[in-house]
Amino acid sequence: MKVTLFIPCFIDQCFPDVGISVVKILEKLGHAVDYPTEQTCCGQPAFNSGAWDQARATARQALKVFRDAEVVVSPSGSCGAMMKVFYPDLFKDTPEHKEACVLANKTWEFSSFLVNKLGVTDLGASFPGKATFHDGCHGLREMKVQREPRELLKHVRGLELVEMKPNDTCCGFGGTFAVKFPMISTAMGEQKCAAVAETGADYLISLDSSCLMHIQGMFDKQGKQMKSLHLAEVLAHNL
Amino acid sequence: MSTTAVNFKESATQYCHDLDHRQRIKTALTGYEVKRDENKARFTSWEEARQIAAEIKYEVISHLDQYLELFEKNLKARGAHVHWASDAKEARDIICRIAQENQVKHIIKSKSMTSEEIHLNEALEKNGFDVFESDLGEFIVQLRNEPPYHLVFPSMHLTRHQISETFTAKLGSARVTEPEQLTMIARDIMRQKFCLADMGISGVNFGVAETGMISVTENEGNARLTTALPRIHVALMGIEKMVRRMEDLAIFLPMLATAGAGQALTCYNTLFGAAKLPGEPDGPEQFHVVLLDNGRTAVLADAEQRDSLHCIRCGACLNVCPIFRNVGGHSYGTVYGGPIGSVITPNLRGLQDWKHLSFASSLCGACSQACPVKIDLAHHLLQNRRNSVKEKPPAFEGLLWHGFSFVMQKPALYRLGAKVGGLLQPLHEFVKGSALDPAKGWTETRETPQIAKQTFTQWWKENRQ
Amino acid sequence: MNSREKILGRIREALQVKAPMPGHHGEAHAHPAQTNVDGIRHWLPKVGANWEQQKDLFAQNSVALKTEFKVVANAAAAVAEIKRVAAAGKWKRIAAHRTPLLTEVASGVGLDTLWTEKGYAKQDLESCDGGISACEALVAQTGSVMVTTQSSGGRALSVLPPHHIVVATREQLVPDLAAAFELVRRKYNGNFPSAMSFITGPSRTGDIERILVLGAHGPKQLTVLLIA
Repeated sequence: MKVTLFIPCFIDQCFPDVGISVVKILEKLGHAVDYPTEQTCCGQPAFNSGAWDQARATARQALKVFRDAEVVVSPSGSCGAMMKVFYPDLFKDTPEHKEACVLANKTWEFSSFLVNKLGVTDLGASFPGKATFHDGCHGLREMKVQREPRELLKHVRGLELVEMKPNDTCCGFGGTFAVKFPMISTAMGEQKCAAVAETGADYLISLDSSCLMHIQGMFDKQGKQMKSLHLAEVLAHNL
Repeated sequence: MSTTAVNFKESATQYCHDLDHRQRIKTALTGYEVKRDENKARFTSWEEARQIAAEIKYEVISHLDQYLELFEKNLKARGAHVHWASDAKEARDIICRIAQENQVKHIIKSKSMTSEEIHLNEALEKNGFDVFESDLGEFIVQLRNEPPYHLVFPSMHLTRHQISETFTAKLGSARVTEPEQLTMIARDIMRQKFCLADMGISGVNFGVAETGMISVTENEGNARLTTALPRIHVALMGIEKMVRRMEDLAIFLPMLATAGAGQALTCYNTLFGAAKLPGEPDGPEQFHVVLLDNGRTAVLADAEQRDSLHCIRCGACLNVCPIFRNVGGHSYGTVYGGPIGSVITPNLRGLQDWKHLSFASSLCGACSQACPVKIDLAHHLLQNRRNSVKEKPPAFEGLLWHGFSFVMQKPALYRLGAKVGGLLQPLHEFVKGSALDPAKGWTETRETPQIAKQTFTQWWKENRQ
Repeated sequence: MNSREKILGRIREALQVKAPMPGHHGEAHAHPAQTNVDGIRHWLPKVGANWEQQKDLFAQNSVALKTEFKVVANAAAAVAEIKRVAAAGKWKRIAAHRTPLLTEVASGVGLDTLWTEKGYAKQDLESCDGGISACEALVAQTGSVMVTTQSSGGRALSVLPPHHIVVATREQLVPDLAAAFELVRRKYNGNFPSAMSFITGPSRTGDIERILVLGAHGPKQLTVLLIA
């Protein structure tokens, strides 16, 4: 299968290892990987801010770039949800609506792609350590991905996975929310950090680097020890 | 920014730093969560029950005029009076008029958020009636001159010590702090009020069209007493509260109790269809139902958000909302808080003045998941944002998104911008956290991620292309 | 045009445009849900197949609700129970209403009795230590007692005195709320009593620190005696 990657802008800029890990994993599984370099952003920041005209303008670039893709895979529940769940809404009553639905149908979040499309749960990965998993809200509630990352992590040799309590509460990032309402974002982040710390884990894993940016950012600011990793980085650890 | 938005941000900032408040709310909700999940599990399928409840409400709201007419017809056939109020003022006037025409002096109320919505108590007091809230939580906040903190639990934010102080100061009662003792103080006072009152005002949880009855849900028994002893019963009801028939309550009453209070069923669920009928030993001489629009027909006209009228006011969305739990019920500055309040308030009270409530959310979606009638709350917040921008494009931010989309449609420009950002980032270190820091909202409490020396795109170009 | 016409007019105009079907993010539901009584019953908690099981479920619910529930053999046994409660509480005065069964039971208790069925003074009822009433039904699924203004002594008898005692008979035990509605439909044939209430345990509140306190405004104690 030819797998076309959609790498969110902040992963491209700040966390390239996540993208590199995804490439390595898919190649190990024997698939051809494509990355159209003309991709930019899914448009979610504008969309969430209510600027849907500008979001559409941005998203048209994605429609163009992924037009010929067989499947589009993204290591992000948040950006994946934008394309898979919200593009049809965004382009409703426009000439691009059909095309948006086509793209939505062929978009996958990375862990869901591995488990549900490729039927793979054991990548032969190993990663010794104690970790906890953070479910980003869009991945969890919009893309309904919860079982899949845990299936994959179950087979990672040496990894001890401990669930946070509670394990389905928002970290407080929320995109532009983090800077528009920083006091609320911070309060939510504090509670997420406390829940993470309470597990006694050394590693925080998620399929959303945007959430990790916020949570790790708080740990770092507080001078507290924690290492955040994207799921793909864990799975590609010894590849 | 509107005054309401400024107030919200100030209040939110205060509450977000109040760790005592955070802990109190967490404690208050933890017990609820355990019981709620226990009772959800008793359903053979809570998810299927949600779909049924959603579809019943969809059916009723889609034919609201017919159900309201049937409801009115059946009530009037039993001698009840039905009044229609287009807005808050009209509703207040109707109720004041009923009180005046019947030489009412003392009024007792059971819990009604709708009566808060129309600011009924102030109007009644201005017109010379004395009004008592009989629900314990409402009574407490009434004494403190505070608005209710939560749809279902008005005094959730208070400690027993604060309540004790209020009782001592306002009632002259003995200084006690045990919840049982405090409750008994209120009980003793209220018993006399129930006997003394000329008029009882209740809310309505559901209006049953087929049999012309209102259904009132409570735990304390104060609504039953409010409607048993005074000679006039006035029930205030939002027009959207309809259900089709009594049997619909077989699913709504348990779901309301489970989602709202973590109970299988609340203590008293009462159907009222008439004033005292011939042969009955007691009950009011007159029964009035006041139907309130106050912006609901405008929400109805927005087909995209019409399902926000399905709300059964259970408060489940508030309980799961991390925003609510951190900013507290009073920060919303309006009668309906939490996710449902953030959805409907801009549409009931003015989009530009109240849009900030729809923006103050990380869109986590816990509310949509919790809603017993499957209202698409999180997506309605997005729709409100879109509508507010369309109605009045924000000046500065509008430019920002124009710039953003311009750059994002030109990959070369985007890559250039990223490269420049990477070069400038070391400079950011100098202003980080200071007043000059453009990213101060972030950097006050978080470290910023480093822009990588080699982006993924660069790696790809070098290694795979 | 008065407000009624204006409101109905606005509603009709609004409803000319159809809204999307409910469900997460407007997902099309495969087939519409069954929203009648059978459909509802399917997903509510299970009730037990026969009277014994339903009686046990009512008993189980009563424990959780802190309702005192006793099955007694006959009216005389009911009287004995009430006498026991009255003695323990040092009762002086009870309230009750006259039905053949209740007259027998309440008179048997031998206390000063306020009979309410023809009306009463509020302060008199307020001073009673206990209220004894009949009921329409006992609902197994929820542990509820259904009372109405015509079967159970009016509106206040079952809520004003601090201890409410219900005297029920075997055939009044029904499986669930829908069955209770069915019962009153059949019995009253469209001429419903002015008020019908489901009582589920003694009165309670959690308004102070979410701590459960019994006897907020309604009765602090609820006793259900089932003659079977």
